Amino acid sequence: MDSLLSVRNLVTRYETDSATVEAVNDISFDVLPGETLGLVGETGAGKTTTALSILQLLPERTGVIKSGAICYKGEDLLSKSKEEMRLIRGACISMIFQDPMTALNPVLTIGEQIRESLEIHNYDGLSREQLDERVDELLEMVGIRTSRKYDYPHQFSGGMKQRVVIAISLACNPELIIADEPTTALDVTIQAQVLAMMMDLKNRLKTSMIMITHDLGIVAQTCDKVAIMYAGEIVESGTVRDIYLGEKHHPYTVGLFGSIPDLEKETRRLSPIEGIMPDPRNLPTGCKFHPRCAHCTARCEREAPPVYREGSHEIRCHLFAAEDANGN
Amino acid sequence: MLKYIVRRVLTMIPTLLVVIFIVLFLMNLTPGSPALNILGPDATQEMVEELNHKLGYDRPFFVRFVDYVVNLVQGDMGTTYRTNRSVFKEIVTRYPITVRLSILVIVIACCIGIPLGILSAVKQYSFFDTAGTVGALFMACIPAFWLGLMLVLLFSLKLGWLPASGTDHWYSYILPALTQAIPQSARSMRMTRTSMLETIRQDYIKTARSKGQIERKVILKHALKNALLPVVTMVGVDFGFILGGTIVIERVFSINGVGTLILDAIQTKDIPLVTGCAVFFAFFYMLVLLIVDVLYALIDPRIKARYRGQKA
Repeated sequence: MDSLLSVRNLVTRYETDSATVEAVNDISFDVLPGETLGLVGETGAGKTTTALSILQLLPERTGVIKSGAICYKGEDLLSKSKEEMRLIRGACISMIFQDPMTALNPVLTIGEQIRESLEIHNYDGLSREQLDERVDELLEMVGIRTSRKYDYPHQFSGGMKQRVVIAISLACNPELIIADEPTTALDVTIQAQVLAMMMDLKNRLKTSMIMITHDLGIVAQTCDKVAIMYAGEIVESGTVRDIYLGEKHHPYTVGLFGSIPDLEKETRRLSPIEGIMPDPRNLPTGCKFHPRCAHCTARCEREAPPVYREGSHEIRCHLFAAEDANGN
Repeated sequence: MLKYIVRRVLTMIPTLLVVIFIVLFLMNLTPGSPALNILGPDATQEMVEELNHKLGYDRPFFVRFVDYVVNLVQGDMGTTYRTNRSVFKEIVTRYPITVRLSILVIVIACCIGIPLGILSAVKQYSFFDTAGTVGALFMACIPAFWLGLMLVLLFSLKLGWLPASGTDHWYSYILPALTQAIPQSARSMRMTRTSMLETIRQDYIKTARSKGQIERKVILKHALKNALLPVVTMVGVDFGFILGGTIVIERVFSINGVGTLILDAIQTKDIPLVTGCAVFFAFFYMLVLLIVDVLYALIDPRIKARYRGQKA
């Protein structure tokens, strides 16, 4: 099957007078039609920057896509004009933002905000009534009473607002939705509700999705494939099965899983990954994870690790690369 | 909403009382008596005392205060000491000139300042933005009397396009209004720019862009209404302030507005006239602030909901 979205060797930087932030460093991944890709990592790993790069919504003066290719249905998005890109946003690829509290305009009714997407991409020349009907339909889809379309965002709870945001993202039946931590700002109970609804809609509408999250639980529930990001790189990727049940893992992935409490084992303390994410203005040489890695060797400090492949499972680590070399 | 407005109007009453008290008290503290001012330095002690008695100035301060309030409630603002004409009439005949001038100033300032502020914010760091910001700073620093004189020099004396003084024609208002509006528009521009810059960094602007909205509509439909709140506050307060007498420009352009009126009244210690003007200013200032607050509700539904929630 051809990829719906294919990102190749993407490099994104934030450049200011005082510093250059190396936010995304040479990442590649594919999203197939109907598939959900989980983009996992700590805060500052470059997940959101990746999403904004795809939609070309990076801050105008500072955010620059240095190199790489982003292909949507075989067409390179980076070579498109501003106007062509605008027509893709919302209609083909839409985005759900992290914080529903701030993602909606406080001075417009939610009906107006949902309608807006429809009006921008109204290529079928729908009448006012038909647009209104579609707004009602979308509200019903996300479980909000249609009479509430005249209400303003401040009259809704966080979970309800996120439903509105989801309705906006679904408005034009996009083929790809990028969900940037869609449940992080919500209560746990509401999280489960919203997530279940999103998955249900996604399956019904056969939309592809990039699910950006730092929650491995959400990934297990919702994703087909996973890419684990660290300091702007994908350090490990594969199917959910590879990541959760595979034998070999990048030390960072091991650390991530280690920091989740286990229901069956009795532990007094969680085991976090020691140290902090490196400063993206001044990344370490060699493997970006080496200062925090328990298995660090002299080679890790010098050379960037090659990719170790095992079927769909890819790991960027010297540990396995060495093994691979010996095995061959 | 209506309840809110009624309540706000009612709270004006104690404020006005305080204003009257302060004005009368301050006038009472100043040296000299009204009679002395009217009769001049040659008057004898008896003549001064007799006139003071006639004007009621010999009575204790609190009696005069209560007296003034009681008369005011009955619609009587007293008569001026000097001309013996009704204070109310004196102010009312002159106030329209000042009001007209103030409205013109604010309208011109908004028409120039707000669009420039938006442009400057949207094109942040561009040449236009830098030039605009520096220009605005420069304009805001120019003293009104100097700018007025320069405008007169150019448009009245050199080019002969516009009259240098008076209010005989509608176009007589152009120069004085411009004089006040230029620094004012610089203020509006800087405020709009700051507020707009803050707004366009908000998440909902990103949401609008992610919908594929065209940039012009992102700014005008999504950002502007949100960015306008602080601008409305500033313009409102400034408008109230200008309504309280455009004293400098009225002097420069010899306009018979309330600005010149109150200046003369203070110089001659015409207590009823000074107090009357103060009451007028205070009243209109509060009225403008009330209008600003009502405008808020029209712009921002969250504030409207808050007004509705308040019990009167």
